[in-house]
Amino acid sequence: MSGEFRMPSLGPDMEAGTLVQWRVKPGDAVKRGDIVALVETEKGIIDVEIFSDGVVDQLLVPEGTHVAVGTLLAQLNGGATRTRQVIEVGKPSEAPQPLARSAPVPATHAATSTTPTTTIVPPTISSVPSPEAHRRKVSPAARARARELGVDLERVTGTGMGAAITIEDVVRAAQTVDKPGIAEPAHDMRQIIARAMSRSKREIPHYYLSLTCSFAKARAFLDRYNARVDIESRLLPSCVLLKAVAQAAKAMPEFNGFYKDDAFQAASDVHLGVAIAMRGGRLVAPALLNADQKSLAALMIDLRDLATRVRAGHMRSSELSMPTLTVTSFAEEDVDSVIPVIYPPQVAIVGVGAIRERPWVVEGQVRAELTVPISLAADHRVTDGRAGTRFLATIRNALQAPEQL
Amino acid sequence: MSALPQTARAITYREALRQGLRSVLLNDPDVFLIGEDIGKYGGCFAVTKGLLEEFGEARIRDAPLSESAFVGAGIGAALAGMRPVVEIMTVNFSLLALDQILNTAATLSHMSGGQCPVPLIIRMATGAGRQVAAQHSHSLEGWYSHIPGLRIVTPATIDDAAGMLRAALEFRDPVIIFEHMNLYNVQGELSVDAASINIERAAIRRAGQDISLITYGASLYKCLTAAEQLSAQGIEAEVIDLRVLRPLDEKTFIQSVRRTRRALIVDEGWRSVGLAAEVGMRIMEQAFYDLDAPVERVCGVEVPVPYAKHMEEAALPRVEQIVTLAASMVKHVG
Repeated sequence: MSGEFRMPSLGPDMEAGTLVQWRVKPGDAVKRGDIVALVETEKGIIDVEIFSDGVVDQLLVPEGTHVAVGTLLAQLNGGATRTRQVIEVGKPSEAPQPLARSAPVPATHAATSTTPTTTIVPPTISSVPSPEAHRRKVSPAARARARELGVDLERVTGTGMGAAITIEDVVRAAQTVDKPGIAEPAHDMRQIIARAMSRSKREIPHYYLSLTCSFAKARAFLDRYNARVDIESRLLPSCVLLKAVAQAAKAMPEFNGFYKDDAFQAASDVHLGVAIAMRGGRLVAPALLNADQKSLAALMIDLRDLATRVRAGHMRSSELSMPTLTVTSFAEEDVDSVIPVIYPPQVAIVGVGAIRERPWVVEGQVRAELTVPISLAADHRVTDGRAGTRFLATIRNALQAPEQL
Repeated sequence: MSALPQTARAITYREALRQGLRSVLLNDPDVFLIGEDIGKYGGCFAVTKGLLEEFGEARIRDAPLSESAFVGAGIGAALAGMRPVVEIMTVNFSLLALDQILNTAATLSHMSGGQCPVPLIIRMATGAGRQVAAQHSHSLEGWYSHIPGLRIVTPATIDDAAGMLRAALEFRDPVIIFEHMNLYNVQGELSVDAASINIERAAIRRAGQDISLITYGASLYKCLTAAEQLSAQGIEAEVIDLRVLRPLDEKTFIQSVRRTRRALIVDEGWRSVGLAAEVGMRIMEQAFYDLDAPVERVCGVEVPVPYAKHMEEAALPRVEQIVTLAASMVKHVG
């Protein structure tokens, strides 16, 4: 346990974010997965989780600060590295060991002191360091322009009165394109999509396959299932499709993971990204975590929850940073099939076309059958068409045995 | 000279004031002037010279040496429906009439629920620079601008000297006109019809995009000179003449600062708790996020204005101070 909480990367293209609000204060006990802060990125305001247990010692970054990914945001107590301070600020009378014998204190001591009220007292120092210590002189107009242009003020040299950063300094920094110090323009999701998709088409040699599958058995299964449950628990067709894709991804890990540093890294879990269109032309693909391991009922609950939170702008950091494979569904739309673009650094994306009746040949007879076109765009650096064919077939087979999903 | 049209004839600020007075005396039989030495002597700054001969003793009234008495007489006349124009020699002497101005003229309308407006006009000289020492050289228009119920105007140009008096007659509340002593001999041409002069808005006397120099009265000319020198350095200053110190025309200077992102206020009055502080604070309230440099000011040194010429000069805002400070606000170092 590091005892440190740093600005997380909430997506492959994220270089910086604005710490909008702290959800914890010094002295609060936190455990892995707790939401500790709200961070604004191009994707909106994200609920950021913490990845270690402990007690918040200091918040190092004031609310409203725009900081680079990796910046230390808070210190936690409870890790071995913080042991000495725990003892120093703790109430000696309640410490299990006499102070006289406690320097150095064994690392295990603090790790076992998980009850904050008995041994850990919030430090008396203020929650944020003295502003004079590191506050830079930035003119109000320059600060506003920096946010507008996405310029990281920490890396701008001030040339105004008293070495203050002026608008001119910010504009100059912004013109130095693609240098460190230039963060993403906040709020401009279109730009982030543009960058990700351009990178995808520039770097990833896509290949495309598609397969139209019967959805009749799945539909019948859904009808039977939904007749038994109350309205809130009913399954949507996309839930079945997502589960089928998640199972296929588990079975064929070469489609589930990331291409980084000229090599494919398979992911151990399946976190299925779901492309969700938001108001104002925004698009996000947060993850349904461990989608392959969840029952359809559980997956449906997660899906509803995710859609609600995405529309409200409350996505968790893990959901945004973690998709290992993405599904883009047009099942309810009027489109025959979709030829999707991979979201880097992922290596595949599954497209779902409209579920509708199409001419279907069975034993020499043409009949109307409920079908769904499933397409696959995959990274040719990682897999070939042959593997892709099997991947699609796996999905198709799963849809033909929906009760096993 | 005679070939030039009437409006293009160069006149002094003093003459412009006299024209303004003469014009309202001619147009409105209720207007009369009262003050010390304004009749036979022609006014201590010779503004009213010749008016006694033209309009007679009933309308050009020499007053005894009691500011409280003749300002009070003016208030009474205004309450009775006349349009008195009171001249006080300098702002320093107006303190003797402060009770009349503040406790009576500025408050009666409020205390009577608007039934007793006091449409009084007071003219007085202000400012330093003529070696007349501390008791005749102070700039107290900022003080008067503190008082609700008064309208405070500071004509700096020939046009304003000629036209502000007429504009003041349109108000039902007391208006005080502050004439800077150093301006009486300034020459210029009347460029507009006096009837078009307002006493509500500030004026942009020079356009520029790099910094706003906000000033009024005689300091306007220091700012205009400074702006020319700054221009030679590649800095284009916008010069705002506030014209009306109360109520302040915020819109004009706030919009200017939003454009230039820098504000330097030049005010001959003492620095502490002065008009420059008020203007600066309004900028902080309304344009903080547009600023690219701290708001700065050049004010009078906080001493009674000295008599000795070199010391008097040192106590007042100087062009080179304005230029140096403005340049440091705009120019980038390193």
